[in-house]
Amino acid sequence: MDYFFTEEQKMIQELARQIAEEKVVPVRAELDEKEEFPHEIMKVLAQSDMFGIFIPEEYGGLGMGALELCIAVEELSRACLGVSTSYAANALGTYPILLFGTEEQKKKYLPDIASGKRLVAFALTEANAGSDAAGIQTTAKKDGDYYILNGTKQWITNGGEAEIYTVIAMTDPSRGARGASAFIVEKGTPGFSFGKKEKKMGIRASVTRELIFDNCKVPKENILGREGMGFIVAMKTLDQSRVGVGAQGVGVAQGALDEAIRFARQRVQFGKPVISFQAVQHMLADMATLTEAARSLVYSVARYVDSGAKDISKPSAMAKVFATDVAMKVTTDAVQVMGGSGYMREYPVEKMMRDAKILQIYEGTNQIQRNVIGQELIKEAARKG
Amino acid sequence: MKIVVCIKQVPDTAEVRINPETNTLVRDGVPSIINPYDLHALEAGLQIKELTGGTVTALTMGPPQAEDALREAIAMGVDDAVLLTDRAFAGSDTWATAYTLSRAVKKIGFDIILCGKQAIDGDTAQVGPEMAEFLDIPHIAYVKAIDEISTERIRVKRMMEEGYDIVESPIPVLLTVVKEINEPRLPSLKGKMRAKKAEIKKLGFDALETDEHLVGLKGSPTQVKDIFAPEMKKDRKVLKGSPEEIVEQLIGVLKEMKCL
Ligand SMILES: Cc1cc2nc3c(=O)[nH]c(=O)nc-3n(C[C@H](O)[C@H](O)[C@H](O)COP(=O)(O)OP(=O)(O)OC[C@H]3O[C@@H](n4cnc5c(N)ncnc54)[C@H](O)[C@@H]3O)c2cc1C
Repeated sequence: MDYFFTEEQKMIQELARQIAEEKVVPVRAELDEKEEFPHEIMKVLAQSDMFGIFIPEEYGGLGMGALELCIAVEELSRACLGVSTSYAANALGTYPILLFGTEEQKKKYLPDIASGKRLVAFALTEANAGSDAAGIQTTAKKDGDYYILNGTKQWITNGGEAEIYTVIAMTDPSRGARGASAFIVEKGTPGFSFGKKEKKMGIRASVTRELIFDNCKVPKENILGREGMGFIVAMKTLDQSRVGVGAQGVGVAQGALDEAIRFARQRVQFGKPVISFQAVQHMLADMATLTEAARSLVYSVARYVDSGAKDISKPSAMAKVFATDVAMKVTTDAVQVMGGSGYMREYPVEKMMRDAKILQIYEGTNQIQRNVIGQELIKEAARKG
Repeated sequence: MKIVVCIKQVPDTAEVRINPETNTLVRDGVPSIINPYDLHALEAGLQIKELTGGTVTALTMGPPQAEDALREAIAMGVDDAVLLTDRAFAGSDTWATAYTLSRAVKKIGFDIILCGKQAIDGDTAQVGPEMAEFLDIPHIAYVKAIDEISTERIRVKRMMEEGYDIVESPIPVLLTVVKEINEPRLPSLKGKMRAKKAEIKKLGFDALETDEHLVGLKGSPTQVKDIFAPEMKKDRKVLKGSPEEIVEQLIGVLKEMKCL
């Protein structure tokens, strides 16, 4: 399939693929085994300008958008979802600044983010606030020129590794969801520390960690938007980034499909390569068809996001749900096509299957995405009358 | 610091096959790449620039399509690129190549010249050191590390069969580098975009102000008569044991062969 990319989009695809093949594939099994953050790969991504793709040129980026970011994310995900999660979470953490930051905030933070000098994380989830994000209990109390943050965020991707954190906290708990605000918190701020590092089933090259705020003094100019806008910041950010999770799904599905085909061509049983059996071919055919359908949807939605359209919640949720469900199915079937070999750590597909599972959970579970789609359908129908 | 890196476009040997009938390389449809050792030279040049400031110029001699190699070098981060190309240069052996390149770097200006230790298609490892001779500057071949560098002097580790030498030289100097020196960077997106638009300077025979008998086929004292794969001799015998035992056996064998 040709998706009629521009020269520049092709450059991103080519370079991201080269990085994936030369720098990620050779170390992915070891990173997974050792649960190690990919510092070296992050340096390569920085040197290659990959962190600047979606950041405007005036702040040192390349001034491109969601589609270009998806292209890079897909290629990295084809090699390793742990690596691509570390990379994509950086964008997730950056969107609040990009979408809601003041000129000063953008000037201060975006150039270092674009160059890859400073990594970013996004912190919404807490022990009692997962799908129900309005349940957050971290507070931010205004005190003169500062906000004083108290509370604990859990399962924060890039926690400890990132230098910049966009954090959602309650400035007015009595107002519920309308009482939340978003802040930029820098690593090293007094009262800000890191807690438990999670041991995970997959994406083990990505670090998932607790953030602890204990009377953490954040300068008042670090608020994003106004007080009370925290949930708008979070929801708009997630709307923007979700298609990227879809791109992760497309990437890992393609990676698993490639492995399954390669294996099925050379594995001989009953005197012939297993790919010659129709049952195997049909599985591969479905895997390929689903992957291509997911890719088409992800690219279309990314283009829609880049058009500046406002109503992106539903399409973004659709791209996320479909592509990540496809990723789970395709990686599982890749293991099946490869039989016992697929189950062994000697081959990469068992890792892909473990990794793929997270895509159905983070940035809003696929059940929650379906809720979003359902609610939008109801609203649309009501509008039509 | 003015740094010039000499690179060569070569066929990707991973993809090259030998025609068994003619014993020559089948180059049709084989992709061209930057000679792998030269990637390390480019990386060394970029790292020196990061330390001392200055500019890095990539230089290649070759047919017009060698421009692709120079664009790749720009994508990696070199400041500018020069293509030495002219029909008059065709058929150059290492002597004529080194001579022509030396004329070009004189024109470009330089403090440090970097080359890969050898090209994977010719494997002579001669062009770098020969260039230094033509330029009458010192050279250090097989550099595996740059330990210290200032605008006046450079200290490097030179790879030897066992271990290494530490060599110091004044600048200007020519270095040829081995793979151990660094890990070449990948291109960057901004570099790739710049490379697409960048203008490649071209130098032909006329620009070098030299004699036509000194370049190309006419300037080449060696000529290739035949290319063939060396015959494998199978009547080998491996002696095993402690050094003393091996010597004993060897004397026996040599006596048998009536060499002793
Ligand atoms: C590896 C990893 C990395 C993460 N990184 C980050 C990060 O960087 N930043 C961050 O803020 N968060 C992060 N998270 C948190 C993630 O976004 C949440 O885990 C996710 O939103 C789901 O919340 P939960 O795990 O609490 O599940 P729960 O909300 O407890 O859900 C449990 C189950 O109930 C279902 N459910 C809940 N509510 C409903 C409903 N209304 N309708 C239907 N079904 C429902 C869910 O779909 C799920 O199946 C990360 C999580 C993981 C595991």
